[in-house]
Amino acid sequence: MSMTIFQLLNGATFAALLFVVASGFTLIFGLMRIVNLAHGALYLFGGYLGLTVANLTGNFFLAGIGAAIGIALIGLIIDFGLLRFVRGSELRQVLLTLGVAFVLNDLALVLWGGDTFSIQVPAFLDGPAEFGDVTYPIYRLFVLLVGIVIFISLGLMITKTRLGALIRAGVDDAETVSAMGVDIRRVFIYTFMLGSALAGLGGVMGGAFLTLYPTADSEILVYSLAVVIIGGRGSLVGAAVGSLLVAMLSTFGQVWFPELAYFVIFGPMAILLAFRPLGLFGKVA
Amino acid sequence: MLANKKQMVYVILALIVLALIPTLMPGYKTSIATEILIFAILAMSVDIMAGYTGRTSLCHGAIFGVSTYVVLHYVTVIGGSVWMGALLGVLAAMALTMVFAALAIRTSGVYFILLTLALGMIVWGVCLRWTSVTGGENGIRGSVATEWLLNKQNLYYFTAICFAVVTFGMWKFVNSPFGLTLKGIRDSESRMRTLGYNVPLHLFIGFIVSGFFAGVAGALYAFFNSFVSPSTVALAQSVEGLLMAIVGGVGTLFGAIIGSILIISLENFVSLYTDRWLMIMGFLFIFTMIFAPTGFLGAARNFIKSREKR
Repeated sequence: MSMTIFQLLNGATFAALLFVVASGFTLIFGLMRIVNLAHGALYLFGGYLGLTVANLTGNFFLAGIGAAIGIALIGLIIDFGLLRFVRGSELRQVLLTLGVAFVLNDLALVLWGGDTFSIQVPAFLDGPAEFGDVTYPIYRLFVLLVGIVIFISLGLMITKTRLGALIRAGVDDAETVSAMGVDIRRVFIYTFMLGSALAGLGGVMGGAFLTLYPTADSEILVYSLAVVIIGGRGSLVGAAVGSLLVAMLSTFGQVWFPELAYFVIFGPMAILLAFRPLGLFGKVA
Repeated sequence: MLANKKQMVYVILALIVLALIPTLMPGYKTSIATEILIFAILAMSVDIMAGYTGRTSLCHGAIFGVSTYVVLHYVTVIGGSVWMGALLGVLAAMALTMVFAALAIRTSGVYFILLTLALGMIVWGVCLRWTSVTGGENGIRGSVATEWLLNKQNLYYFTAICFAVVTFGMWKFVNSPFGLTLKGIRDSESRMRTLGYNVPLHLFIGFIVSGFFAGVAGALYAFFNSFVSPSTVALAQSVEGLLMAIVGGVGTLFGAIIGSILIISLENFVSLYTDRWLMIMGFLFIFTMIFAPTGFLGAARNFIKSREKR
C-alpha cells in the first residue's frame, strides 16, 4: 500500500515538473502557432545555467531565478533575432527552432561537458519527510508545491490581467486583436519570453531530482509534446490534465514494464488522436 | 520522345558515373560514396512525404534505424542469414511505418511534424531502455555482411545497384497516377476529396511506400556500418535526412541525392577538424530556413530565373 502511495507521489511530483515545462510550450504554441522544438534544449540549458549559478552563489533560489531570466533572454534572441525572418510560415518556424535546438544542445555539451550533474538543493529541502509508514523526499513535495503555485499564478494571469486577456484574445484571433490597435508583436515577445523562462525554471527544478545530462532535453521534449498533444494547444487546464496523465502513466509504466516505459505514453496519444485530433481541450483554429 | 531521349542520356551518364566511382575515388573515399548513396535513399524517402504529400516527417530516422536494428539483431544475436535479416529489417520498417501512418495520417502541417517527432523519439527511447534486445546505449556491434560484401569495393557496387533500382522505383512511383494523386492532395486536400479520392487511404499507402524505402536504406546501413546504437534512430538522423531533402529542394526527388552528396561530404570534411557537427548542422538548418527555404538548388534556380528575366 505504502508503495502505491509512493508511486502516486512520484507521478504527481513528476506531473508538476512536466506542467511547468509544458505550460510554457503550450502558451507559445497556442498564441503564436509556433511549435518551439528548442523547448527541450531551453530546459536543459536552463538547468545547466542554474547549476552554474548554484555553484557560484550556493543559493538554490538564485539558481532558479537566474535560469529563468537567462533563458527568457535566449528566448528573446530566438524570437526577435531569428523567428522574425520566417514569420507567416509555420513550417519554416518549426524547422528553424529545430536547428536552434541542435545548436543549443551542442553548445551545452561544449560548455558543461557530457557528465551527469545534479543541482544541490538547500538543506531545509533535503532529506525525507515521514507520514505514517510513508517516507518521501521533501524536495519532490516542494516541486509539487511549486507546480501548483505556477498553475494558479498562470491561471490568474491569464484570466485576471490585461496581458492575460490579450493572450486569450490572441489565441482565438490574433488578427482582430491587432486590428483593435494592440501591439500584438509585443504580446508575442512577452509570451515567448515567459514560455522560455518556464522551460529554464523547469530545468533547475528537474535538474535537482532528475539530474542533467546531454539527452535530457530530448526526453523532456517528448513528454512535453505528449502533454500538449493530449491536452490540446494553448490550454493551461489541458496542460495540467495532460501532465498528470503522462506522468502517472510513465511512473507506473516504469514499475510495471521498466524497459518499455516509454512505450506506455503511446497509448493515450493514439486513442486521443483517433477521437479528438486537437486534444482534450484544444479548439479549432 | 525527345525528352525521353534526353532522360535516357542523363540516366546512362549517371550510371557510368556510379560505376566509375571506385576507380575515380579509391580507398576510404569509396566508403564515403557508399554512405552518400545510402543516405540519398533515406533523403528521397523523406522527400516522398515532404515533397509529394506535403507532410514533413521527423520520424524517418527512426524507421531507417529500426531496420538497421532488426538486421543486426537478427544476424548477430539470433544468428540468422544476412538476406533473411535484410528482408525482416525492411518488413519491420514497414510495420512501424504502418503504425505511425495510422496515427499521423489525419493530421497535417505542424501537427504532423509534432506527432512524427514524438513517435520517432518514442522509438529512440525504447531503443535506449530496452537493453535486453537493443543493447541499450552500447548498441549492437557485429558484421552482418556475407564474405563477398566485406570488401569495401564490392559493398559499394552492391549499394550502387540497390540505389539505382530503388531510385528508379521511387521515380516511377512519384510519376505514377498514384504519385500524381498524392501531389494533388498536397496542393488541395479538399479538391481531391470532392473529386472522390480516398485521401487518408492514399496518404496511408504513400507513407508506407516511403517507409519501405527508408527501411531499404536502413538495411544497407547495417551492412555498411556493422554497428547500431540509439543515435542511429535519434532525431538527428531524421533531421539530417530532412536537411538533405530540403537543401536539394523538396519535391524534386533527385535534389535529395545532391543534398546527400553535399551534407555527407561536409560532415566527413568537418569531422576532420571538429566534433561539433551537430552544432554546424543546427546552424545550417537555421540559415537554410531563413535564406533558402526552397533549398540551395531552388535558390539557385530562382536566382538564374531572375537573371534571365532582366
